[in-house]
Amino acid sequence: MTVTICDTTAEAVAGIRDGSTVLIGGFGMAGMPVQLIDALIDQGASDLTVVSNNAGNGDTGLAALLAKGRVRKMICSFPRQTDSWVFDGLYRAGKIELEVVPQGNLAERMRAAGAGIGAFYGRTGVGTPLAEGKETREIDGRTHVLEFPIKGDVALIGAFRADRMGNLVYRKTARNFGPVMATAAAVTIAQVSEVVETGTLDPEVIVTPSIYVDRVVAV
Amino acid sequence: MSLDKHEMAALVARDIAPGSYVNLGIGQPTLVADHLPAGAGIVLHTENGMLNMGPAAVGDQIDPDLTNAGKIPVTELPGSAYFHHADSFAMMRGGHLDVCVMGAFQVSANGDLANWHTGDPDAIPAVGGAMDLAVGAKSVYVMMTLFTKRGEPKLVPECTYPLTGLKCVDRVYTDQATFLITDAGVIVRDTFGITFEELSDRLDVPLLRP
Repeated sequence: MTVTICDTTAEAVAGIRDGSTVLIGGFGMAGMPVQLIDALIDQGASDLTVVSNNAGNGDTGLAALLAKGRVRKMICSFPRQTDSWVFDGLYRAGKIELEVVPQGNLAERMRAAGAGIGAFYGRTGVGTPLAEGKETREIDGRTHVLEFPIKGDVALIGAFRADRMGNLVYRKTARNFGPVMATAAAVTIAQVSEVVETGTLDPEVIVTPSIYVDRVVAV
Repeated sequence: MSLDKHEMAALVARDIAPGSYVNLGIGQPTLVADHLPAGAGIVLHTENGMLNMGPAAVGDQIDPDLTNAGKIPVTELPGSAYFHHADSFAMMRGGHLDVCVMGAFQVSANGDLANWHTGDPDAIPAVGGAMDLAVGAKSVYVMMTLFTKRGEPKLVPECTYPLTGLKCVDRVYTDQATFLITDAGVIVRDTFGITFEELSDRLDVPLLRP
């Protein structure tokens, strides 16, 4: 599928269904696709499962989506922060489910989804509450735990520039989860600062090739 | 005299070999960066996707797209590199990182680590990269006070808090003493304002002299 360069964020998030699993990029606010999330709030999809490293910061971006009550479940590595009051309130009121996943497993489970890996054994979390009930296996004399992919219906990511084919480059640590989430969702939607003509991005520096990208919108 | 957190950080920094690739956890371990010897070629890794991280950004250096794992704005150095999260954690999990320094609620005598969750019913659990670092870094150093504010030891026979990793801690740097966790047992390497006998008396862990 070729990429669609959207004129508006509303067009970019059109068709996201209730009950979807939405991968949302960003680490804190760096790389957080705030304008796409605002558009998702307006679009109205609810009963969402959101996969993101954190569970919202302050009152904007993911926190705003949570505050609207659209999210049934958060899958993340680090919900508790000094500015995660929106999530904290929902969690303490029993209004949101939480699955805490070690950060490396979160990334690798999405990588597996994007790479067609059925499951993988890793050592992270062995002997801890986060591996309870999971299948384990001795490999090379060490206990490993079986982890399954996390696949998204949609990924919302923030990148720096796209070309008109949908190739993406990022800026500094705002890259974070964007490239791996782009591979792991059925539909990947990227907000960028700028869409440039095809051929103007150096092929050597493209981080997310266009094959992973479905819709792009400049914000 | 017992050490303050800056003196503990300096002690940890002195033990990091030139040329090491190092991850410093959020909070007190971050202070270690202030004491790393210049020119030793020590490369800091931040799990949100950067190697050769520079000092905290000030003034017009601040860039919202460039932060450390604690979401504090930082700077680049010559030789910095960026990468995505799956690559960043592959560096840890694949055993490429030489040292990580983390805080802890408890460390057990055999090196079990508890530092992510108090287990309180009202607490919101948050693990971040701690479990990946615990199993992945070649050496895991813990930096913590030896006793809680209520005077309970944090070096314990067995952790009572939920675990982060099994048998993963190599050294424990505290305000009162430095401990080496070895197959032979817990060795007291240095003491600060406390005697070996006093330590043995206050801890429920068998201690060995260096």
